[in-house]
Amino acid sequence: MTSTTERATPRGAGGHRLRHRHRHAGRITYAVLTLFAAGSLFPLVWTAIAASRNTTRLAQTPPPFWFGSNLLRNLRIAWTDANMGTALFNTVLVAGTVAAGTVLFSTLAGFAFAKLRFRFKNLLLLLVIGTMTVPPQLGVVPLYMLIAELSWTDRLQAVVLPTLVSAFGVFFMRQYLLQALPTELVEAARVDGASSWRVVWHVVLPAARPAMAVLGMLTFVMAWNDFFWPIIALTQNGNPTVQVALTGLGRGYIPDQSVIMAGALLGTLPLLLAFVIFGKHIVGGIMTGAVKG
Amino acid sequence: MAGVAGDATTAAPSGWQEGAAALPGAGYGDGEDRRREDRRRKDRDREDRARERRGRWHRWDTRWSPYAFVAPFFLFFAVFGLFPLLYTGWASLHRVELTSPDDMEWVGLHNFSRLLTDSFFWNALRNTVTIGLLSTVPQLLIALGVAHLLNHRLRGSTFFRVAVLTPYATSVAAATLVFVLLFGRDHGMINWGLGLAGLGAVDWQNGTWTSQLAVSTIVVWRWTGYNALIYLAAMRAVPDELYESAELDGASRLQQFRHVTLPSLRPTILFTCVVSTIGATQLFGEPLLFSGGAGATGGSDHQFQTLGLYLYEQGWVNLHLGRASAIAWAMFLILLIIGAVNRLITRRLRRSS
Repeated sequence: MTSTTERATPRGAGGHRLRHRHRHAGRITYAVLTLFAAGSLFPLVWTAIAASRNTTRLAQTPPPFWFGSNLLRNLRIAWTDANMGTALFNTVLVAGTVAAGTVLFSTLAGFAFAKLRFRFKNLLLLLVIGTMTVPPQLGVVPLYMLIAELSWTDRLQAVVLPTLVSAFGVFFMRQYLLQALPTELVEAARVDGASSWRVVWHVVLPAARPAMAVLGMLTFVMAWNDFFWPIIALTQNGNPTVQVALTGLGRGYIPDQSVIMAGALLGTLPLLLAFVIFGKHIVGGIMTGAVKG
Repeated sequence: MAGVAGDATTAAPSGWQEGAAALPGAGYGDGEDRRREDRRRKDRDREDRARERRGRWHRWDTRWSPYAFVAPFFLFFAVFGLFPLLYTGWASLHRVELTSPDDMEWVGLHNFSRLLTDSFFWNALRNTVTIGLLSTVPQLLIALGVAHLLNHRLRGSTFFRVAVLTPYATSVAAATLVFVLLFGRDHGMINWGLGLAGLGAVDWQNGTWTSQLAVSTIVVWRWTGYNALIYLAAMRAVPDELYESAELDGASRLQQFRHVTLPSLRPTILFTCVVSTIGATQLFGEPLLFSGGAGATGGSDHQFQTLGLYLYEQGWVNLHLGRASAIAWAMFLILLIIGAVNRLITRRLRRSS
């Protein structure tokens, strides 16, 4: 929706029409936005500052506003003592698998719901949308009993499998493919005798690529930051994800505040780097997803 | 079904082919001709059979592939979503301990009736509502304002958008750990700032309102930018003509915002309200980690224990899985009620507009 309207009246080229809406920002606008951006970034910057100090300094008034010299030491302690090395590796694995699985399964199901005809389609779609409102807490007790039964406690598949598909993803891909994939294209491929899988490979996947990228990024961030279920399924000293390891740090297994901050920094840095590199695309993805969803 | 339909339709073309084949070779030529004719017919038959097979496969493929495409979702959902959901209801009617989850003792509605007289449950419910309001209302209001500002023509608009969204990339755990330090009683930066402003230090963790305000701050910090971008997207989809005619009518910028932007944004605002409400009901990580080493009690006096945290405490600290299941179903019930109220309000709004 946004993409089409923006394409129809590109910024700048629209001339007088756009002058009405997108007025140049005044000084106050810049000031307020700068203040807000600073508020958004400050806790992250301060995490880095605190991670580069030591606990004694953090327990003094006023708190430090500039970097100290302990960063490497704190990072090393967090890496080894708090299991952050294993945790980071696990989190990359989990978030990567979950993102790949969600994107693949959502694209297939979204394509079927958007462009194919089959019995019970509307009923099944309603079911997909209905599952979105079910809170994760509702299934957590049996889920725990299930993975305990399978002896999957502390194993990564316990975290990956329950989140491998997403109703939001299916709905997101359906909404995108409804308009991004011309039905004639699918029918033409059909008439040429292409099998469903060939249609998916040669027609659907190329058309779905932009939405797949967006969904992949959103799912990756979500899986990376997932908290409630990993805390229950994994343990801090066994095979944690970053979030579980951070919880262990916060609960005082290591009472060193600067080390805790170093751990928080380690757990956040990869996503922050991704934001610096892909920020524009992630923002665009959230904005398109918002209007479509 | 597929087989029957397939046979019925494939019978027609092959029969037609046979009849047609009889026509051109009707004259009896010499043996050479007849043999050639024979071979040709055999070739044609083979081709027909292949086409038929392909046709049948094609029909089979178009008929069943859609199910194959949606199957993974429903398979995973059945095992890891639907089954646990129903089983939670079953478990909530039993006494189940984490130490031996196979020993289930039927207790009927005991777990639920116990909740009704459980002061900690009501406390958690109350906290969930107050923290939910403290975090959702300012979050959405600020997001609306920021989105309006971002909708101007800005130099460095990408920078502002990315900066505003960065908290979204920060996990509950990392964010809460930082805010625990910032809200520290003795040396925290926020109390230091209050001191500079001539105000006294606040014991953020131990007061009821102050701790709930602090927990809400973490939520607001993490989600305001995200919601601002959602509003911004909706603002950009508002047709230009609406603003043009409003301007021709002499509407000021504030009036345009009130009478053009806000009404156009109503569906999006409702959407974010629903999503934030669901998120607020499930609040868990922030109150868990805000208490530092205290665990799942939500503060020394349970002053910021939410329903999600209470569920966790009952199930994984006190090891009562049956009670935890009952809390889960109570949460679901509350969500349903909120959903119904929401629908009522939406209908009212639609009727009034």
